[in-house]
Amino acid sequence: MTTLESAPQQQDDSSFGEPVGKVGDKVFHGLSFGAAALILVVLAAVALFLFAEGLPAFTGDTSELDGDGSFLSYVGPLIFGTIYIACIALLLATPVAIAVALYISHYAPRKLAQTLGYFIDLLAAIPSVVYGLWGISVLAPIMSRSVFPWLRDNLGFIPIFGSDVAIAASGRSTFTVGVVLAVMVLPIITAISREVFLQTPRLHEEASLALGSTRWEMIRQAVLPYGRSGVISGAMLGLGRALGETMAVAIILSPAKGYFWDVLTTQNSNSIAANIALQFPESSGLEVNRLIATGLVLFLITFGVNSIARRVANTGFSGADG
Amino acid sequence: MSLTESQTPESGPVDDLVMRDSMKSGSLAGRPMLMIFGGAVVLGALSWLPFGSVNWARWVMVTLVSYLVLTLVISRVVETPRQATDRFATAVMNTAFLLVLLPLVSVLWTVIERGSNRFDWAFYSQSMRGVIGAGGGGYHAIVGTLIVTVLTAVIAVPFGLFTAIYLVEYAQGGRFSKMVTGLVDVMTGIPSIVAGLFAYALFVLLDGPGHRSGIAGAVALTLLMTPVVVRTSEEMLRLVPNELREASYALGVPRWKTIVKVVLPTAIAGILTGIVLAIARVIGETAPLLVTVGITTDVNKNPFSGRMATLPVFSYNSYKFPTLPPDASIDRAWAAALTLVLIVVILFTIARILSSILKPKGLR
Amino acid sequence: MNLSAPANSRTPDTLNSHDLNEASDPMTDSVSSDVAPSASAEVAIDPNAPVDLPNRIDVSDLHIYYGAFKAVEGVSMTINPQSITALIGPSGCGKSTFLRSLNRMHEVISGAYVEGKVEINGQNLYGPGIDPVAVRRKIGMVFQRPNPFPTMSIADNVLAGKKLNSKRIPKRDAEDLVEKSLRGANLWNEVKDRLDKPGSSLSGGQQQRLCIARAIAVSPDVLLMDEPCSALDPISTLAIEELMLDLKSDYNIVIVTHNMQQAARVSDRTGFFNIEGTGKPGKLIEMDATEKIFSNPAEQATVDYVTGRFG
Repeated sequence: MTTLESAPQQQDDSSFGEPVGKVGDKVFHGLSFGAAALILVVLAAVALFLFAEGLPAFTGDTSELDGDGSFLSYVGPLIFGTIYIACIALLLATPVAIAVALYISHYAPRKLAQTLGYFIDLLAAIPSVVYGLWGISVLAPIMSRSVFPWLRDNLGFIPIFGSDVAIAASGRSTFTVGVVLAVMVLPIITAISREVFLQTPRLHEEASLALGSTRWEMIRQAVLPYGRSGVISGAMLGLGRALGETMAVAIILSPAKGYFWDVLTTQNSNSIAANIALQFPESSGLEVNRLIATGLVLFLITFGVNSIARRVANTGFSGADG
Repeated sequence: MSLTESQTPESGPVDDLVMRDSMKSGSLAGRPMLMIFGGAVVLGALSWLPFGSVNWARWVMVTLVSYLVLTLVISRVVETPRQATDRFATAVMNTAFLLVLLPLVSVLWTVIERGSNRFDWAFYSQSMRGVIGAGGGGYHAIVGTLIVTVLTAVIAVPFGLFTAIYLVEYAQGGRFSKMVTGLVDVMTGIPSIVAGLFAYALFVLLDGPGHRSGIAGAVALTLLMTPVVVRTSEEMLRLVPNELREASYALGVPRWKTIVKVVLPTAIAGILTGIVLAIARVIGETAPLLVTVGITTDVNKNPFSGRMATLPVFSYNSYKFPTLPPDASIDRAWAAALTLVLIVVILFTIARILSSILKPKGLR
Repeated sequence: MNLSAPANSRTPDTLNSHDLNEASDPMTDSVSSDVAPSASAEVAIDPNAPVDLPNRIDVSDLHIYYGAFKAVEGVSMTINPQSITALIGPSGCGKSTFLRSLNRMHEVISGAYVEGKVEINGQNLYGPGIDPVAVRRKIGMVFQRPNPFPTMSIADNVLAGKKLNSKRIPKRDAEDLVEKSLRGANLWNEVKDRLDKPGSSLSGGQQQRLCIARAIAVSPDVLLMDEPCSALDPISTLAIEELMLDLKSDYNIVIVTHNMQQAARVSDRTGFFNIEGTGKPGKLIEMDATEKIFSNPAEQATVDYVTGRFG
């Protein structure tokens, strides 16, 4: 960078006209503007390349593909599986994540809270392949032994737990994957919720406490209304993460082709991401194009979810006016 | 004064009593709550004791559920309904926290326990070249992971940092900067497998179908790492008080020098911490590497040609497609997973130390 | 922040060095022992007459804008060297904005610009081909809140102006410059044993004097001060005021202040800015010898302001 400096400045008292650092400023401005502009280019390239490489799946000779060759009948069950698994994960994770966030922000002692925050961040960074290995070797056996039979026997009247198909002895079913994904997205939702809960104006909290509220009443009156939109956008971000999660699903789930509601059996709809990971290494020709096309579909789904999350976050903290 | 004095004799004692009573903290505060939790643990134990063998899942579940129920019922009987609700809410928070600790502790414990089977020198010094069955190691995967990650950081850090500098120091809230901010958000949400597909598609156009190389993996990871770097750097740069920039301008320092010598040094702790954390996030990415870098059994130090092994893909592959005997392969998978977790923990520790060392002392 | 009793409780012409001492005595004995005589007592020649010395600033018909919003309208004034000029007025009247336009700091804010002329030694700061960065090297500035660079030591803070412009200075020269500047800012004795400690380890008043040392280390001709004492306690304020009186023989000092007693204590001439209402531009109402402004101003608005009727 030092080579970019302008010539030594004159100390001529009468003149302010001597340019100072003009070249350096131009170069630096150019570099940073270029980087920002490159973001645009890169994203355009992502969309363009996925589209270009995915297109042959529609236009090419689809007879060399398995099934009826129709892209829609191929991607349909995958879309269903992707959303189904992610929603299960979100339903399981969100309430717990909110409670944990409240625990850290309003219940735990300050010292402990800091350590917990650090721990939660660390957990978000544990590689998904590790969660996958844990899910299949530790959680799946527990699920098939204790949890699945109990669910089938006691909650079998709910369609997603009761069908004629036998429960998976291996535990490698949608429900297990949902639980693992819940564990994975929980740190994300917790981290964002904790942040907004901590931002609750002290005045609101003290106003509530001064009226003789218990801690829980204070949380209901001041903290939860303030944090609502933050929690929602945190949950949506978690959903986005769960939709795109690949390895945990690919390792744990035992997939089948089709739409399956029952979450306890060996017949499960696969997710788009896991399907790509499983099929890609052994695919060639048009199969690759078709996988890339499904990737584009996944991109669009997560893009939609993230847009909604951002819109919710941008509407601001609705309870916080005034 | 006289007013209170004249009132005290009539209403004082009664009021005092009422006051004292209503201002007592609930009769369950402290030890009784611990006893309730203890009772719940015993109840949980009773749920499996008759069957002889320990059933951890049932123990935990019965304990947590009975803790909630006991808290609600006992508090309802002994205290006021409002206090009971408050106690129950506290119990729910505690339960949620314990419930979350379970899988997380279990994950860490499992990784350490199973990973330690092959936590030996051979794993860190040997590749899988010519290895059939037991033995071999993840040396080639560690080398590959380091190369790909360093390449990623070399591309993503300047890219992200300069974008953040543009957004904070140069952009004046115009449409272009709003668009860039929005697109960075979009980038944050790109699923990792899609990033992999993009890199693959890009290199297919350059090199033809079936392309696999370390640089393709680095491009995929760059796509995932850059938005994180932009976000954290942007946040840190915005924390630098404007007064410092003005002080520098007032000394006749040009803008770019102000950025390089005043703004960046002030924000460097946060930026470096963010970068280290971003590296920790991408170093365990599996899916994008699976489709771009592939896997191999030998050390390949050239990221521009041919497949490379990386730790996450090595772990996945060893588990999913074990060679005979499967146990040796699965042990290697866990050892690779343990190595990854260790790297992440080390990076987190580095980030923590960095942020405490480099933080300028007097910054408000 | 009131060092002495409210201004309207006494007649302005009693404001002299005796008063200053009396007011500060209970708070500090050591600092006030060598208080310099107040400006107003010392001025012999007519302060309104333009002095023909180097570094006089002539402002003519200056209009200052933030985008479409006009912040200051039609200011013309002469700022004499080797004196202290105070700018007073209610909040939002544009006095700080005006000050910042004197060294082109105003345009650091996006969309901000000016119309009109600011001449120093006959050269228009806003003329074509003038580099604002070079302007700022000649016209230094001290800000409302002390802002030493948190990443630099005390010595490096003083040298910041030189070092950031990547001038290699020999070690001996650097040491001399640090000592000279810190002595100039009345800070040397307090920090000479800990020059390598971070600047932020100092107290607020010391930090502000460090910022003054930093500003004078680049040897500017003019020193602009934007409410330099508003974040400081009375004792530190006194120290800064003494320093200003020491510095005025070498620099052309312009100070914006909210504190009318301060203006009365330190300045030779005072300009009063006012604003008609929110959204309207600020204007220079009146500018005259400080004594005149506080005893017998020409405009009714000035009378109202200096007697504490508003503001």
